[in-house]
Amino acid sequence: MSPQERTYQDPDINMETERYWEGSKNGQLLMKKCNACGKTHFYPRTICPVCSSSDTEWYEASGKGKIYSYSIMRRAKIPYVMAYVTLDEGVTMMTNIVESDFDDVKIGKAVEVTFRDTEGNQSLPVFRLCK
Amino acid sequence: MSRMSKAYIAGIYEHPTRKAVDKTIPQLHAEVAIGALKDAGLTKDDVDGYFCDGDAPGLGGMSMAEYMGLNITYTDTTETGGSSYVVHVGHAVEAIAAGKCNVALITLAGRPRAEGLTTLGARDRGGELPERGFEIPYAPVITNMYGMAAMRHMYEYGTTSEQLAWIKVAASHHAQHNEHALLRDVVTVEDVVNSPMISDPLHRLDCCVISDGGGALIVVSPEIAKSLGDRCVKVLGHGEAVKHLNGGRFDLTYTGAAKSGPIAFAEANLKPADMDYASIYDSFTITVLETIEDLGFCEKGQGGKFVSDGNLISGVGKLPFNTDGGGLCNNHPSNRGGMTKVIEAVRQLRGEAHPKVQVPDCTLALAHGTGGQISTRTGAGTVILGRNDA
Ligand SMILES: [Zn+2]
Repeated sequence: MSPQERTYQDPDINMETERYWEGSKNGQLLMKKCNACGKTHFYPRTICPVCSSSDTEWYEASGKGKIYSYSIMRRAKIPYVMAYVTLDEGVTMMTNIVESDFDDVKIGKAVEVTFRDTEGNQSLPVFRLCK
Repeated sequence: MSRMSKAYIAGIYEHPTRKAVDKTIPQLHAEVAIGALKDAGLTKDDVDGYFCDGDAPGLGGMSMAEYMGLNITYTDTTETGGSSYVVHVGHAVEAIAAGKCNVALITLAGRPRAEGLTTLGARDRGGELPERGFEIPYAPVITNMYGMAAMRHMYEYGTTSEQLAWIKVAASHHAQHNEHALLRDVVTVEDVVNSPMISDPLHRLDCCVISDGGGALIVVSPEIAKSLGDRCVKVLGHGEAVKHLNGGRFDLTYTGAAKSGPIAFAEANLKPADMDYASIYDSFTITVLETIEDLGFCEKGQGGKFVSDGNLISGVGKLPFNTDGGGLCNNHPSNRGGMTKVIEAVRQLRGEAHPKVQVPDCTLALAHGTGGQISTRTGAGTVILGRNDA
């Protein structure tokens, strides 16, 4: 069964993160990388949390990753899958797994990004199991 | 042998209510303060230092100090969620050792049950939270966030739901003797794993209770402790830590206790095997399991085996824990359990726990608090306590 999906609340957007959400509207999962230490970090910041450099820049991530952990919220009106996905770029982000039978969701499974409109017409990256 | 202690816990009080429909939060703060002062043999006019969490009404501790009529020259409102009060004990000890205060009052109070708060509400604290946009739209709630920690621990170490269930079973064995406990029925492993699934792999009985009330502690200088007698308990060591998502590189199978525990043990010059009793924060069964490993009571990944077969039950196992029934069965006032962790450890060291769960000759004990969420940002506080003659 392909579960019914809940509606998504709008993200909080500020001047540090508006580029990320614009990217999401264009179907891109954007990450921030630091030019001083070379590391990608998540969530994206102006100042690198690894080395404190402000020489950080946006790039488009592959949108591919693996499930690090998950939990199926069964008590919600419309149950959903809460998850952490480790991207191929090396960082782990909070997300929901969609379009998937709950029983098929497992740690380690390959996933790919897709996007969902939110209540106020923003766009939110979520993930689905790779075919 | 007598160990050095920079300060002592002289008074404790756990509010007997579990649902406070007819009391305000400030009133609850005052009631627990009066209770702990009476227990210590002191009055509010002896208090010169006041500690509360960021959840207390008002800006820092100022409104509560005014409400209670305190005249203080030292205050600390460190906020690390449910671990705050364990951290406050450590900070009070240091303030006393530095000569900044002599009698520190620590209070916690809240009424989530009367206000109808449930575990389903997302913890949205608003404002300029930098992580907010990247979390809230995905609907994180306490249970699914702890569920993800449990799921990963199971994946990496083969931990089972039955092993987690033993933690609740042990807590229920203790709670049956506590007349104030919210849940007093003894439960079995089958009861836990057959209770409704809330957020995989956590069942309803893997979760703590929601309760109103609060508690208070009085920490005093060695000179004052001497005048108050041998019910005062030594604070031998303290450690704290903040763990977070680290820019997207993190491991959900451990908690902040992996840092706060070793710091506390080193200060006390003691080791886990020396502990006669342990109060371990128990918002969920998985919280206890990871913390026991992190504190060094067993190796990482062996927690499931360690907690099984009644090993946490007083009089049965090697590590009697949460003999008041803990947050899982007794009380989790204001969704913050660190206060009651310290209180029950002090009861054990005074020999004042319920006779059915009192650890014989209890000399050394640990209390650990876990705040926030172990799957995002979490605070940890550990204290090592000793009986007056320890
Ligand atoms: Zn950097």
